[in-house]
Amino acid sequence: MQPIIEARGLRKDFGALKAVDGISFSVMPGEVFGFLGPNGAGKTTTMRMIECVSPATAGMLTVFGIDVNRDAREIKRRLGVVPQETNLDPDFTCFENLVVYARYFGIPRAEARERAEELLSFVQLLEKRDVPIEKLSGGMKRRLILARALVNSPGLLVLDEPTIGLDPQARHLMWEKLKALQAAGNTIVLTTHYLEEAERLCNRLVIMDHGKILIEGTPAELVHQYAGEEVVEVDHTPEVVACLQEMGARYEVFGDMIEVFTDQPREVAKRLLSDCNPGRVFVRRGSLEDVFLSLTGRVLRL
Amino acid sequence: MIPRPTWNAWKVWRRNWDVFFKTYRVNFLPPFIEPVLYLLAIGYGLGMFVGEIEGIPYVLYIAPALLAISMMNSSFFECTYSSFVRMYYQKMFDAMVSTPLSIEDVIAGELLWGATRSFIYATAMLVVLVAFGVVSLPTSLLVIPFSFLAGLLFAGIAMCFTAITPGIDTLNYPAFLFITPMFLFSGTFFPLSVLPGPLQVFALAVLPLAQVVTVTRSLTLASLSPLFLYSLAWIGAVTAVFFFLSIYLMQRRLVV
Repeated sequence: MQPIIEARGLRKDFGALKAVDGISFSVMPGEVFGFLGPNGAGKTTTMRMIECVSPATAGMLTVFGIDVNRDAREIKRRLGVVPQETNLDPDFTCFENLVVYARYFGIPRAEARERAEELLSFVQLLEKRDVPIEKLSGGMKRRLILARALVNSPGLLVLDEPTIGLDPQARHLMWEKLKALQAAGNTIVLTTHYLEEAERLCNRLVIMDHGKILIEGTPAELVHQYAGEEVVEVDHTPEVVACLQEMGARYEVFGDMIEVFTDQPREVAKRLLSDCNPGRVFVRRGSLEDVFLSLTGRVLRL
Repeated sequence: MIPRPTWNAWKVWRRNWDVFFKTYRVNFLPPFIEPVLYLLAIGYGLGMFVGEIEGIPYVLYIAPALLAISMMNSSFFECTYSSFVRMYYQKMFDAMVSTPLSIEDVIAGELLWGATRSFIYATAMLVVLVAFGVVSLPTSLLVIPFSFLAGLLFAGIAMCFTAITPGIDTLNYPAFLFITPMFLFSGTFFPLSVLPGPLQVFALAVLPLAQVVTVTRSLTLASLSPLFLYSLAWIGAVTAVFFFLSIYLMQRRLVV
């Protein structure tokens, strides 16, 4: 099977900054593929190269088997894009936004209008059909952008932070829509720094930092491999640290808590309780967040 | 290296057209009211004291200037402030280049729209001037197609400023330092011949509005200026240069 996206040694420099530093990946048809990473990791830059709006500095990138430098117009014709920044047309209503956008794709008027109605109903905005953009809530705007990205029935959907800044209700509704698209066999590439989002939606993902891909795999594989099924959390005291060092366990300090990554969480917890006077000890399921933080560190990125 | 916009630019033009006619009540007021005010105040009011210029009644002398100024203002301000708002604040161009449109198409569409605005305003204004009987017919009807070309000229120049301006405030510089002096010193309200020699040469060599006034005045007075062909050729050549230059500069700004 031919991949929908294939990148080999893809690079993007902005002056001295290596925003994307020689990454390789491929996205197969029907897959939901995630890019995770802290701010400035190079996720958005990668998306912009896939969208053919930012030329690569070096390396190879094909979308639908077409080189991005060869026929950007054809790739863009078959692409649906949800940008990180809301860029709906403020001079139009919801319905008009979709119809005008369809015109950019050269979709005939009657077909565009029909498609716009269908999509408004899909993203549950039919009753906002004739409302100007400024009257929409943040969640509604994001859903309208999703509808707009679907107007040309794309063969690949690229979403850059699809649920950024949304409240939990709006986020869940967005996930529901993306799940439906996934179930219908769409190929989707998304970036996010909501790890729960990646865990729920992605079949496969990469974690990026400083322009490089650190790891790649399914969410379950990555949690298993890098965090363990379960994680022990314990209060940060000198006694506990001494104990853990004695046990030779892998741990990380997180403020007044310590997280211990081990394949024998219950044994570790037991020993801590009996020998180290630990205060509180919890055992919880490992998550993508543990993988993410252990790989990219806990230092705040500015 | 030369930008190659395609006919897809039409779709960008059409988007602006749709928005314009959504709010046409506001948009159509100025081209009807402005010339009336100028004709009354300057043409008839000031004209009482001026009498004639080069044997032409003052109100007839300034009527074509009003048309030329309107062509300049409508297209120049469309492709500076309005285009900048669409590009920078509304992220309109970003949305458009995510579709099969290229950045060349988008900018070409904006330029053609700027020219169309000049065409719309000049045509509306011409109706008023005809009603006042201050322009000759039928030659003045040629102002209608000419207003599109003149509009494209100012749109291209404007878009170059938009491509290099760091923010919307710095667009005030070309507005005050380029447009306002040109508005006064292009043979609009008094003939260039009263200016010192070097200034006359300067105006005729480099000021776009001076060329547009020459052509428009020839048409509305139905008497060909000796500079008519020179000005027309000047406009054609400079329009072509700025059309492509502005697209190139915008590509440089936006494709990163």
